[in-house]
Amino acid sequence: MSTTVVNTGTEGKTWGGATKPLNASYGKMMMWFFIVSDALTFSGFLAAYGFSRFKFIDSWPIADEVFTHFPFLHGVNAPMYYVAFMTFILIMSSVTMVLAVDAGHHLNKAKVTIYMFLTIIGGLIFVGSQAWEWGTFIKGDYGAVQTKGGNILQFVDTEGHRVALRDFVVAEPHADRTQHERKSGLWFVSEGTLPTYTVEEVMHGLEAHDNVLVRTQIINEAGEKTILSRAESLKQIKNNGKVVVEGANLHVNEYGSPLFADFFFFITGFHGFHVFSGVIINIIIFFNVILGTYERRKNYEMVEKVGLYWHFVDLVWVFVFTFFYLV
Amino acid sequence: MAHEHKLAIFRGLVKFKSNTQKIWGVLIFLTIVTAVEVVLGILKPESLMGQVLGMKALNWIFIILTIVKAYYITWDFMHMRDELKSLRRMVVWTAIFLILYLIFILLQEGGYVFDVYKDGFIKRDF
Repeated sequence: MSTTVVNTGTEGKTWGGATKPLNASYGKMMMWFFIVSDALTFSGFLAAYGFSRFKFIDSWPIADEVFTHFPFLHGVNAPMYYVAFMTFILIMSSVTMVLAVDAGHHLNKAKVTIYMFLTIIGGLIFVGSQAWEWGTFIKGDYGAVQTKGGNILQFVDTEGHRVALRDFVVAEPHADRTQHERKSGLWFVSEGTLPTYTVEEVMHGLEAHDNVLVRTQIINEAGEKTILSRAESLKQIKNNGKVVVEGANLHVNEYGSPLFADFFFFITGFHGFHVFSGVIINIIIFFNVILGTYERRKNYEMVEKVGLYWHFVDLVWVFVFTFFYLV
Repeated sequence: MAHEHKLAIFRGLVKFKSNTQKIWGVLIFLTIVTAVEVVLGILKPESLMGQVLGMKALNWIFIILTIVKAYYITWDFMHMRDELKSLRRMVVWTAIFLILYLIFILLQEGGYVFDVYKDGFIKRDF
């Protein structure tokens, strides 16, 4: 029996096999290519955010006025400090990750373990912070009125400081309707939580307080939202006010264009999901390190691969931070 | 892999003795850049509010600083600096080209839709 040997004629050449033309292992190279495709997904989201923002360039919410809270500091106006803190946490966990990779190169199991552990902790702090950020965003603070045209009207005092609905509106004791629940009527019809106040009550509150004015979404030449005169304020609410908005959901939010909250939930949510899965993968690798899997392999490349993913998550956050909170 | 790292950053201006030292050095640099961004974002200096190429000068500064940060994260944390030129270009150029293309198209279109709204074909002010 004769054997057939097929020669490709490329033996010993760069792409002839048995070499690493790019000087990177298969796994690492594929991680890079996955990162490229994931980067394109994120840029798709961020570019779509840019599209919507350019579409409503004269009425988009100002991030400084939206993200002003810091945990345990109530009523303190702290724009961006918390996100800056989150950014720092993520960069820090990136550093511990790269230190773990470095320790892996020296086959130092103890150090890899410690650094992986710190990376996981950093990731958990970040995800927790994001949950808090979402909670604050959803709950809202000041409340607003949405007009028939879908625009948001907020309230300020004569000096331009924001005024919350609860500060000048009184809910009437005999509210004319309660939230419809499935158990009390048609079983297939339900509705969300009703706002604390009705537009009518807001109108009365506005009439009773001479120092409260309406602020529209429109950004003026000075880069600030337009504040209406007293007469115009009353007219706007009376003629156009439709629903009272408190906080944010996918349909409406008190900060401005509904798209703003939609993109906030979608982009930071997708990023948070990446961080979460990164933490899970890190935990798996962490246990493998403890069990000595890579010690026996004499190769800590797995740590390097999850490291690449983890840095990528950090990289994306740097862009989300800029485009959502700074620009 | 021989785990050899290029230990100089800023085009050779700063050289580190070990990889670990370089990591801490890059962390300090990234922290400074983030701090500058946050301070500028809070102060919003009047002098940077002028329009440059259709956007506030301040926003351009933010975008440039972000790209600087992205560069150092990719090059030093992800060790792109130590990879072969061919792998580096495959990853970086592909992404940059496609992203720029997408951004150009979507922002152009967004600006166009804004003009359509503004010129009064659609009433939104009610």
